[in-house]
Amino acid sequence: MSIWVLRGLRDGVVTTRWPAKPDSYADDWRGPARPLDAPDPGGLADLTDLCPTDAITVTDGTVRVDQGRCILCGRCVTERPGVFAWSQGATGPAAFTREQLIIPELPETDAAVQAARARLAMRTRALHRSVHVRHVDAGSDGSEEWEIQALLGPVYDLHRLGVFITASPRHADVLLVTGAGARGMSGPLRTTYDAMPDPKVVIATGTDAVSGGLLAGSEATTGGVGATVPVDIWLAGSPPSPFGILNALLIAVGYLTPAGRRSR
Amino acid sequence: MTMTQPDVLALWKELEARVAAGDRFAGLFATRTVEGQAVTLSAHVATAGDVDTLGVTLPPGAAGYPALTPRIGAAFWYERVIHDQFGLVPEGHPRLAPLIRPGYPLPRHVEGYGVFTIPHGPVRSGIMESIEYLVETPGEAIPHLNMRVFYKHRGVESRFTGLTLSDGVLLAERTEGIASVAHALAFCHAAERVAGCEVSPAAGLVRVLHAELERIANHLDVAVRLADAAGLAVATARMALHKERVMRLVSRMCGSRFGRGVVVPGGVTALPRLSPADLRAELDKLSRPIAADAAALMATSSFLDRLRGTGPLTPARARQHGALGPIGKAAGFADDDRMARPYDAYPALGLEPGRAHSAGDAMARLRVRWEEVDSSFGLLRRAADDLLAERAADQLRVPCEPPSGRAVGWAEAPQGEVLYDVSLQEGRIAGCHPRSASFHNLVLMHEVFAGDILTDFPFIEASFGLSVAGVAL
Repeated sequence: MSIWVLRGLRDGVVTTRWPAKPDSYADDWRGPARPLDAPDPGGLADLTDLCPTDAITVTDGTVRVDQGRCILCGRCVTERPGVFAWSQGATGPAAFTREQLIIPELPETDAAVQAARARLAMRTRALHRSVHVRHVDAGSDGSEEWEIQALLGPVYDLHRLGVFITASPRHADVLLVTGAGARGMSGPLRTTYDAMPDPKVVIATGTDAVSGGLLAGSEATTGGVGATVPVDIWLAGSPPSPFGILNALLIAVGYLTPAGRRSR
Repeated sequence: MTMTQPDVLALWKELEARVAAGDRFAGLFATRTVEGQAVTLSAHVATAGDVDTLGVTLPPGAAGYPALTPRIGAAFWYERVIHDQFGLVPEGHPRLAPLIRPGYPLPRHVEGYGVFTIPHGPVRSGIMESIEYLVETPGEAIPHLNMRVFYKHRGVESRFTGLTLSDGVLLAERTEGIASVAHALAFCHAAERVAGCEVSPAAGLVRVLHAELERIANHLDVAVRLADAAGLAVATARMALHKERVMRLVSRMCGSRFGRGVVVPGGVTALPRLSPADLRAELDKLSRPIAADAAALMATSSFLDRLRGTGPLTPARARQHGALGPIGKAAGFADDDRMARPYDAYPALGLEPGRAHSAGDAMARLRVRWEEVDSSFGLLRRAADDLLAERAADQLRVPCEPPSGRAVGWAEAPQGEVLYDVSLQEGRIAGCHPRSASFHNLVLMHEVFAGDILTDFPFIEASFGLSVAGVAL
C-alpha cells in the first residue's frame, strides 16, 4: 500500500484552478463553429447544403449557426473560411434556452433568456454550496460519459467545488442527460426525473442531447432529450469538453454567471 | 412455417466447414434494398489475410429460414437482430427474444429456493452507459446473467442510408464514440476498397498515430474502472491522470479529444499540429510514468486477488466464438487485424505478436491490455520517426469518390475488430452495416460467471472493456 502513498505525491497538484484562475487548456479549446461578423460575400452560395446536420441558416442575408446542432466536423470552417470560424474556449456554448445556441442571436432571444435565467435562479437558490448530480445516458455514443467521468479525476476534481455524483435520483439536484434521446430510454429517463425532489435542474449535455446531432432524423430517437424532460441548460459540443460540462454545472446552480463571473 | 431452402442450408454448411478449417465467423446481417423485395443474408468470414462475404437471397415472401445458430453459436445475437429488423424467423434458434427492439418480459432461467432476480439498470450508479443486467442469484453466486441492450438503440444502421461518404464517416465516428478512429478507419477502408485507391504512406502513419493513442486511452480507461472497483483511490486517480494526458495529447494533435475529423476516405485531413519531434518528446513523457504505475498496480496484491480467476473464458470457447480483441487474446485466441489483415502503415511499421495467454480471466485481460499499451508506444515512436522522414513529401488525401460497388473494411479497435460492410450507389451509401467488437463480444458475458459472486460483477464488466453504444446500434 505504501507505494501508492508515494506515487500519489509524485506529480504534485495537477488539479486545475479554474474557475478561480484561468486555465489555458480551457481557453484554447476549439468550440462549435460560428459565423464571422463580416462574412465574405463571395462565400455565401449554397451554404445550407454544406452542413451535415443543417445547423446553418441564411435569413435576409444573415448567416446563422445553430450551435446546438453543430457536431464540430469543421466542414464549414474548412470550405468557407471567409464565412465561418471556430469559436474559442471550452466554456462558451451553454445556454438557458434552446434558441440562445443560435449565433448570432435572434431578435427575441435576449428577453426569453433573461426570463429563463431568473426562473432557474429562483429554483436553485436553496442548493447553496452542496450539489448532487445524477447522470442518465439516453442514447449517447459513449464519449460524453468519458468526459463526465473525467470530472471525477484529479485534473478537474468536481468535489473541490462542492459538487458530487450520486447514485440515487432521490438525492440528486441536477440531472445530466447525454445522448440523442433513444426511444428505449424515454421511460427510464422520465422515471429518473420524476424520482428527483424539487428543485431540480436538467442539463442536456452535448449536441446529441440538445438536438439529436446526426441521429436527429432517426426513427429510434426523439431528436434530443428535450422531448422527454424539461431542459434548463442546453450544452453544445460533440462531445463537450470536461470544462464545458463543469461550466454548465456551475451556471446551472448559480455559482457562475454565463459571463464567467462568480455570482456567489 | 417450415421451408426447405437448400441455398441457405448449403451456405450454412459451407460456413460451418470453413470455420472448422480455421476461418473465423465474423458476422451475419440481412438487407432488403427495396420494400417488399426479397431479403438477402450476408455472412462475413475472416480468413488469413482477408474478410470474405458470402450471401444468399431468400425466396420472395419468405417468413423464415433455417437458423445458423445451432451450427455456429456465435450467430446467436446476429439472428436475433435479423428477427428484430425484418420479422424473419430463424427456425431452430434457441431463444428468439428481441435484442435491439424493446418489449419482452423479465426472463427467468434459474428456479430454486430463494432464487431472485436483481435488475441492474438501465440507469445504474456512476457514470455508465445504459444497459440492463438481470442477475439471477440465490444471494451471492450468479448462476445466470441476462442482458437487455435495446435501451440505447439509436437506429444508426438505417441512418447511414443515403448519406455521402464524407457524411458517412462522421456518423461512423459517432457509432461507438470511444473508438471513433477505429470506426472511421473501417468505414474508410471499405470505401477505399470500392474505389480501389491507396492512401499515401504519410496518411497511413497519421492514421496509425491516432488509432494507437485511442487504444492507449481505452486501455487506461479499463485500468481506471478496475482500480476504482477495487477501491484503490490513488491508483484510480493516477490512471485517470494518464488517460487525461493522452486525451490532451490527441486534442493538441487534431483539436478533438477523440481524434475525430482526422480520418477521411482517401487519407487524412491534416498532419498532426505537433511536429514529430515534439510528439516523440510527449510520448516519452507519457510512457514512462504509465509503465511505472502499471507495474505498481500489477504488484498490488489486494488488487490482483480480485482479478485472478475472475470471469474466466475458456480457450475452447474463445476459439469457438471467435472472441475479439483483448478478450480473445487473454484466452489464447489472438486474431489481431493489425497483424492478420494489416492496413495503412502497419505492414511497414511491423508489429510483433504479443505473449501467448491462456488463463482467460480478468487478470489475463488486463495483462494483455498492458502489453498492448507497451507495443502501441513502440508503434507510435516508430510512426513519429517515419513521419519525420515522410513529412511534406506526400499527398495526405487522394481522391476517393467511388460511384458504385460494395466492400468490407476493417480495423482493430481497442475492443477488437470493427467491421464495416458498405455498399454505394451513385456516390451515396445504399447500405452500411457496422459490426463492432462490443457487439460480438458482449454476448460472452453470459458465460463467464463460473463461481463468481455479485462483488465480482464490476471487475468482470470493466475487464471486458466494451461500449454499449456499439452493441445496440
